[in-house]
Amino acid sequence: MGFLQRPVVVTADINLNVVALTAVGLLSRLWQLAYPRAVVFDEVYYGQYISFYMKRIFFLDGSGPPFGHMLLALGGYIGGFDGNFLWNRIGAEYSSNVPVWCLRLLPALAGALSVPMAYQIVWELGFSPCAAMGAALLVLIENALVTQSRLMLLESVLIFFDLLAVLSYLKFFNSQKYRPFSLSWWFWLTLTGVACSCAVGVKYVGVFTYLLVLGVAAVHTWHLIGDQTLSNVCVLCHLLARAVALLLIPAATYLLFFYVHLALLCRSGPHDQIMSSAFQASLEGGLARITQGQPLEVAYGSQVTLKNAFGKPVPCWLHSHQSTYPVIYESGRGSSHQQQVTCYPFKDVNNWWIIKDPGRHQLVVNNPPRPVRHGDIVQLVHGMTTRFLNTHDVAAPLSPHSQEVSCYVDYNISMPAQNLWRLDIVNRESDAEVWKTILSEVRFVHVNTSAILKLSGAHLPDWGFRQLEVVGEKLSRGYHESTVWNVEEHRYGKSQEQKERELELHSPTESDISRNLSFMARFSELQWRMLTVRSDDSEHKYSSTPLDWVMLDTNIAYWLHPRTSAQIHLLGNVVIWASASLATMVYALLFLWYLLRRRRKVYDLPEDSWLRWVLAGALCAGGWAVNYLPFFLMEKTLFLYHYLPALTFQILLLPVVFEHISDHLCRSQLQRSLFGALVVAWFASACHVSNTLRPLTYGDRSLSPSELKALRWKDSWDILIRKH
Amino acid sequence: MGSYYINRTFFFDVHPPLGKMLIGLAGYLSGYDGTFLFQKPGDKYEHHSYMGMRGFCAFLGSLLVPFAYLTVLELSQSLPAALLTAALLTFDTGCLTLSQYILLDPILMFFIMGAMLSMVKYNSCANRPFSAPWWFWLSLTGINLAGALGVKFVGLFIILQVGWNTLSDLWHLFGDCSLSMVTMGKHLTARILCLIVLPMALYTATYAVHFMVLSKSGPGDGFFSSAFQARLSGNNLHNASIPEYLAYGSVITVRNLRMAIGYLHSHRDLYPEGIGARQQQVTTYLHKDYNNLWIIKKHNTNSDPLDPSLPVEFVRHGDIIRLEHKETSRNLHSHYHEAPLTRKHYQVTGYGINGTGDSNDFWRIEVVNRKFENRIKVLRSRIRLIHLVTGCVLGSSGKILPKWGWEQFEVTCSPYLKGTLNSIWNVEDHINPKLPNISLDVLQPSFPEILLESHMLMIWGNSGLKPKDNEFTSKPWHWPINYQGLHFSGISDTDFRVYLLGNPVVWWLNLLSIGLYLLSGSIVAVAVQRGARLPAEVEGLSWVLLRGGGQLLFGWMLHYFPFFLMGRILYFHHYFPAMLFSSMLTGILWDTLLRLCAWSLACFPLAGGIHAVGILSLLLGIAYSFYLFHPLAYGMVGPLAQDPRSPMAGLRWLESWDF
Repeated sequence: MGFLQRPVVVTADINLNVVALTAVGLLSRLWQLAYPRAVVFDEVYYGQYISFYMKRIFFLDGSGPPFGHMLLALGGYIGGFDGNFLWNRIGAEYSSNVPVWCLRLLPALAGALSVPMAYQIVWELGFSPCAAMGAALLVLIENALVTQSRLMLLESVLIFFDLLAVLSYLKFFNSQKYRPFSLSWWFWLTLTGVACSCAVGVKYVGVFTYLLVLGVAAVHTWHLIGDQTLSNVCVLCHLLARAVALLLIPAATYLLFFYVHLALLCRSGPHDQIMSSAFQASLEGGLARITQGQPLEVAYGSQVTLKNAFGKPVPCWLHSHQSTYPVIYESGRGSSHQQQVTCYPFKDVNNWWIIKDPGRHQLVVNNPPRPVRHGDIVQLVHGMTTRFLNTHDVAAPLSPHSQEVSCYVDYNISMPAQNLWRLDIVNRESDAEVWKTILSEVRFVHVNTSAILKLSGAHLPDWGFRQLEVVGEKLSRGYHESTVWNVEEHRYGKSQEQKERELELHSPTESDISRNLSFMARFSELQWRMLTVRSDDSEHKYSSTPLDWVMLDTNIAYWLHPRTSAQIHLLGNVVIWASASLATMVYALLFLWYLLRRRRKVYDLPEDSWLRWVLAGALCAGGWAVNYLPFFLMEKTLFLYHYLPALTFQILLLPVVFEHISDHLCRSQLQRSLFGALVVAWFASACHVSNTLRPLTYGDRSLSPSELKALRWKDSWDILIRKH
Repeated sequence: MGSYYINRTFFFDVHPPLGKMLIGLAGYLSGYDGTFLFQKPGDKYEHHSYMGMRGFCAFLGSLLVPFAYLTVLELSQSLPAALLTAALLTFDTGCLTLSQYILLDPILMFFIMGAMLSMVKYNSCANRPFSAPWWFWLSLTGINLAGALGVKFVGLFIILQVGWNTLSDLWHLFGDCSLSMVTMGKHLTARILCLIVLPMALYTATYAVHFMVLSKSGPGDGFFSSAFQARLSGNNLHNASIPEYLAYGSVITVRNLRMAIGYLHSHRDLYPEGIGARQQQVTTYLHKDYNNLWIIKKHNTNSDPLDPSLPVEFVRHGDIIRLEHKETSRNLHSHYHEAPLTRKHYQVTGYGINGTGDSNDFWRIEVVNRKFENRIKVLRSRIRLIHLVTGCVLGSSGKILPKWGWEQFEVTCSPYLKGTLNSIWNVEDHINPKLPNISLDVLQPSFPEILLESHMLMIWGNSGLKPKDNEFTSKPWHWPINYQGLHFSGISDTDFRVYLLGNPVVWWLNLLSIGLYLLSGSIVAVAVQRGARLPAEVEGLSWVLLRGGGQLLFGWMLHYFPFFLMGRILYFHHYFPAMLFSSMLTGILWDTLLRLCAWSLACFPLAGGIHAVGILSLLLGIAYSFYLFHPLAYGMVGPLAQDPRSPMAGLRWLESWDF
């Protein structure tokens, strides 16, 4: 009952600067947020995913992990969005059921909070409140950041988490000196890890900031190991705490995103086809409706469809039909003229095959069923034509180094049937494993020639109805997914007669067992597909190269009013961009200069301001470098907005460099005042530019053609001018 | 490839020329006449003398062993470590196989190891700067660097390693306040001279020789720009003379400025059904051909400008023109149909009969690098063709059309007016009887220009070696675990087979050693950082481990990890330079570990023997494994290994080895 003796006192230090900055940040980002009430640029793309979340339909997006999409969808959930909107065209008006304000709220909040965070970071780096204020104001008036955070886009969220990671690491680092293992120490350490994984979860490029923070933490930890005043146990505790907070927690959080993602998206949708049969079967509707309750074990006499595991260029099933290979191909080579075997990307009755025991004649399942095991020799009978899957030493139509695969037709020309296949279950646990529907990945090894049944990926010409070529690969060079097949649909055959069997093949499958994949299996498959799925469109009107970004040589037109010439552009504040790049260069040169001088034992800076200078550079200039340089190696289509995280770090560096010049390079009071005046004048010009470009940032005012022409400061800027 | 040097015909390859030149030289000296075709693996050499070239490669390949021995000896000052390394490399079937044939890899590895050895040697002369051996090893490092880069671009990695070593060396010297700035300046200049200027000079010299020797036109011409081709004797641009300014009525060829795209081309075949409009195809084509000829005409008149009564009229910047295909008399045409492969662009076709088409045949010609003059210079003006009606710009996407387009490159009209080289062209051939010809000698490109151009082409060629989707490709993670080999000759059980595969005992030992090294290295580093007091003997050993082993580990990482980032097609033999470093690391590591073991058990009577016994058993084990696996390199006959009758039966330890 201690509180009876001593009253509970809450003391709070409120930095009014931060409060004020938050307020203006909110004002600048939230002002007229629901305008324009039309689809702006990439909203068309993120909007689709929001709708999928609202309808809980599974989708696959290779551009980033699901956390960002989920945050946007959260906005839709708050606003009560039902997901009914056709996201098909930039500039389309939103219908009344779309809560535009709510959808744009989260990115805008993230953008607004970046402003006070910039203040805090520079403050925690040990620079003056004036410098901190400068950094925050620069972030506030940077037009590109304003534009990007006012729409349903993810960059502002990414920047928010990047800054949060850096800020909480700094807070943690500063409390390390005085109160290690205190509550706030734990809080900031954990928050660093969580913020890092959130950044990665929003976009993959967040991983670069994560690596930067990890690198800085590793260097600090290395110094800690060298600190001989600490006991060994204490050092070990420090190491463990960091490993848990900066490695384990982010990994767990990342998995959590996927867990929520998969828990939310439980219905089948348009991207099902890309996933494996097992994954599809775990979704409601779609394949699950068909495969529900299929018998699990494939037996002799089973009727099956065989799906190729590779799925490129399109997912397809082993197929055959009445047509035969042409006697002579266009290239002049000959064929066996037997029945074609292809891979067909659509469900079809001709995709059904029957597993037959070579030693017996019947095509039905015994009672009890005799399961097929790894290593068994089987024959595959095409259901509709009752011909046997066969391969022989004849060159395949499009891949002459491989064998042709056909359904055997006996022309009585001394070309014997070679239709025995050995079953090889790739993901077996024991050598006597039973062939299971959906779950088993199998290869068919030809007994006579040891060729392996493989999808070559080539499209047959017209005689093959543009279906995909299937070949026997003579020399299997290790494991490749294109040689792996799995049973998708399956039932036990009951009909003795061909006519009955055809009827049976046409009828839908039935019975019921549900099969659920574990979360880890679904996660790893989804993550793998997301990383390997390729977007085909490589060119865009507004795409740019990383070299265009530094000096802002490009822009992106986001939206144009349908009638007037009000428009929104992603266009930065030229003064800030140019001077931020310049500041980075100045920083690098100064740093090198000090470093060389220190090596010669000339100490220009006092030790503490040198350490501050190095840490500020490592985080801000380093943050710029890791968020910018990797783009030179990327092959995907790049846009100006990819530069924004790097730019934010660069902006943080600006006041740092200014303060350093004023404190250490200006020799006299006069120089210092002069420099201060210059900085103020420079800041005023930045404000002026920002204000001039404001109509293009908010799109709220229609400008006349001459005004627009006057705003086109660089020839490479694309500003839309209506011709009347 | 050596044949080309002996025949002096020009060719194009993705690797720099030094390696092929050396092979060519070896062949020349040993009397090879350059007539064998080298078309496909397995062809018989018959009467051609090839032993000189093979012998040369094998000689360089066998020098790797003494080089590795000396390097390790210098780094660790321990004979057993050096012996162990030498044994690893001698008894490795992979290195053996790779050195036996006419390949670039033994030459490359020779230079890499040479650079490493001389760098290590010169590091140990650091206490006697500017002495004769110091200069010798420093300049030898530079020479080897030039050699490594001159054989393959992989040589870049050893340059990075030497560069890093030099930087840390300089940094170390710089911190020594007893040295004056003048001495520092001397050190810096010496290194710039020997490690930058000397290799650059040698490297460019190899190119100078390359261009000098290859003075005849050959199969590689079409890849190079017009100016470049003018150098090659036998090429139609060599010593040619053509009219300088483009005029109406001229017959011209138009070449895309991007590398290896070729000439604007058309032929009688139409676009197939379902792909845009069924009109005549327009493509780009790399080879010279009559179908590359176009006639430039005014857009509004169809009168023959070659009529002698009319004055010559030059084409000017901004003119509206028509391009008529000479062979088929159809006009270059575009319209709002999507292009065959690049769906966002418009289709370009040949349209019209005998030169009369419609307004979709009109193009505006613009000079990109225009100064003041409005006329258009042949060969030198960079032009763009803007389609008048749709406002798109003529370009080539660089994508290869399917069979129906004879696998030539797609030509499109792009609505995005970006200044990429894809949409910039120059006029190459120019025939106009009414104009005076000037000699093209003014065009002679300077040496730096052709050097730059051939480098750009090599980089393009390297990035163009992409694996196809369904091919089995070797992945970098396969390599250190010796996952899969490469068939050098022979496949089926009747052939004489040679299979490139590392000796698994050696390779797995290397892999294990890297793991052990990381573990022991970090233990030692943490101990030092915690300020633990080590006995003098242990301190010496840990110094070898951290310093010498660190350099080798860095070399291994530099020669291995960049392959993970490469998009081009990769082969197993790319790992061998890294494998050399990893073997040297193994030698140092086991020697040091065994010595540490012996030291920590010093109180037992037999402890001194641990080291000797350990090294000896490693040596014997490696030699025995070589006895088991030597048929891989020296050739196998008889059935494949899965057959119990095969001599290699039971040695197929991994299912992925297919020998």
